[in-house]
Amino acid sequence: MSRRSLLAALSGFLAATTLALHGCAPDSPNRETSTVLSGAAEWPGSFAIGQDATPAEIAALNIDFGPDGADAPPGSGSVAEGEVVYDSKCAVCHGPTGQEGPMDRLVGREPREGFPFGETRGLRKTVGNYWPYATTIFDYVNRTMPVTSPGSLTANEVYAVAAYILFLNEIIPENAVMNGQTLPAVVMPARDRFVPDDREGGPEVR
Amino acid sequence: MFADKRATENQERPMSNISRRAMLGATGGLIAGGLLKTQADALVVTEEAASLQTAQVDPTKMHGAPTSVLGQRAPAERPRRGMGSPATTSSSRTPIEQLRGIITPADLHFERHHAGVPAIDPDRYELLIHGIVDRPMTFTLDDLKRFPAESRICFVECSGNGGAAYNRNAARERAPGQIDGLFSTSEWTGVALTTLLREVGINPEASWLLAEGGDAALMSRSIPVEKAFDDAMIAYGQNGEAIRPEQGFPARLLLPGWEGNAQVKWIRRLEASDRPSMTRDETSKYTDPLADGTARQFSLVMDAKSTITFPAFPFVLPERGWWEIRGLAWSGRGRITRVEVSTNGGRTWVPAQLQDPVLSKCATRFRHIWNWDGGEALLMSRAIDETGYVQPDLETQIAARGEGSSYHYNTIRPWKVEADGRVFFAQGKAQ
Repeated sequence: MSRRSLLAALSGFLAATTLALHGCAPDSPNRETSTVLSGAAEWPGSFAIGQDATPAEIAALNIDFGPDGADAPPGSGSVAEGEVVYDSKCAVCHGPTGQEGPMDRLVGREPREGFPFGETRGLRKTVGNYWPYATTIFDYVNRTMPVTSPGSLTANEVYAVAAYILFLNEIIPENAVMNGQTLPAVVMPARDRFVPDDREGGPEVR
Repeated sequence: MFADKRATENQERPMSNISRRAMLGATGGLIAGGLLKTQADALVVTEEAASLQTAQVDPTKMHGAPTSVLGQRAPAERPRRGMGSPATTSSSRTPIEQLRGIITPADLHFERHHAGVPAIDPDRYELLIHGIVDRPMTFTLDDLKRFPAESRICFVECSGNGGAAYNRNAARERAPGQIDGLFSTSEWTGVALTTLLREVGINPEASWLLAEGGDAALMSRSIPVEKAFDDAMIAYGQNGEAIRPEQGFPARLLLPGWEGNAQVKWIRRLEASDRPSMTRDETSKYTDPLADGTARQFSLVMDAKSTITFPAFPFVLPERGWWEIRGLAWSGRGRITRVEVSTNGGRTWVPAQLQDPVLSKCATRFRHIWNWDGGEALLMSRAIDETGYVQPDLETQIAARGEGSSYHYNTIRPWKVEADGRVFFAQGKAQ
């Protein structure tokens, strides 16, 4: 027997002996000798790490505005008020009528029939022909527009500019006012076009 | 075989009288004088000077450089992220054709930002978790690091990666990184998201988590809570050190195998909810219009994909003979089980060698030794993952989705080898 194989045999014997001494079957490893954390079963109910968040801390960050309108901020804005905001703070990137760019085109209902964006290359997606929820305008503009001064608009200004963009897209009338109730109630043209992901791996290409 | 032509050229150039310091000084003058446009140009000049000087000395006849507090690449090695021109605040690409293994050096990890890279003070950083939880809480960076930690090696890929290839007439002169460089692989370290959700007592009716970043975009995505209970992580480590600012310092959401956009960087808030928030980046962007007049939403998993990274544009094969076809394969659904290579445009396929480790949701190296006969060849690779999914060709995917579909561009990447040894991207032209 070579020295190497002797060592292998010896270590095998020791391992078997250790198992026998601790009375452990291979499928129930001995936790006291294990060097691998065996998982959350050993953890306390709480690690008591971290701090309770105060209502003020939550309110300061809780800015999302979803389709249900829950937690919509107070305020309102008209199409006319929105035009003033748009012209001074948005038009430089999105164009005088929202169709010129150079950044994302916001306005345009074409093509009005169908939803041919998957079928045809190069179609321009706008708020009017692609966005499924009007609340997303408020949520996004409020987060990060204008690009030179993100988060600088008041809630009234954001409601107003959302109203103006929806008006330019021929979705709401010129006398409409957007607020926490009316904005979520706007039905966007592409509202029902969005479907869950049906890809699931396997041989079928989807 | 891969003779470093640069080193050979360097040795032929007379540079021995120019010291590195003199060159550095001269560089400043050149910027001031307007001959070099940017500091980046100056960096290249300076590095070239250092590399030329290195080539002049016999390293066995001169004591080497001292130790240093921070290592640097060999002067001759100058990998760079692919940038738009001019430089933007939105994206840069990993030069995947210049990398060797599966790990992306952190300073070459691709970038995709929606309002630039924020400067966040780690001492003031907090992650808020609230919504339908028993106990809304904030966690400092030290808190996050104190929880039981975990590491995993996985890729992050922008779901718009490879858009240039979803085109029947794609441009020929494109390097692998210019096509698929919004893809990088790192060892990520952090705290499992389940650990934090357990700490705040997430309620059973919570089905979504709104993840929000602390950048000027307040980047936000709704994440199905199942992913949090599967393998999501709040990561603060990248390849052994703190996450780089461009990748989310001091902490980011990591969702192995899912599109990069959802893996919110600089994460400051998670809100448990029973519905998605329908943010801009899960409605107007990162949705995939289909030929049937719908658009796929929350298409989060990255399907299996591979690309040959060598030989590929702009490399020129200098002579016929044995060359190793090399590339990367990955799947957001698990492990790569097989990669097949074709040298004749897909008429026949042979299995490539996979390099250990083959990890789930991770870049996997493949290799295939090839004897180039000096004629035209059309090289392709296709990845197969553990679900049995086979990376499709362009026409198959167009048939399934439509020519105008966007995101999740994972079709086979063909590379045409010309008889003169030049290699071009050949998507759409030869199928």
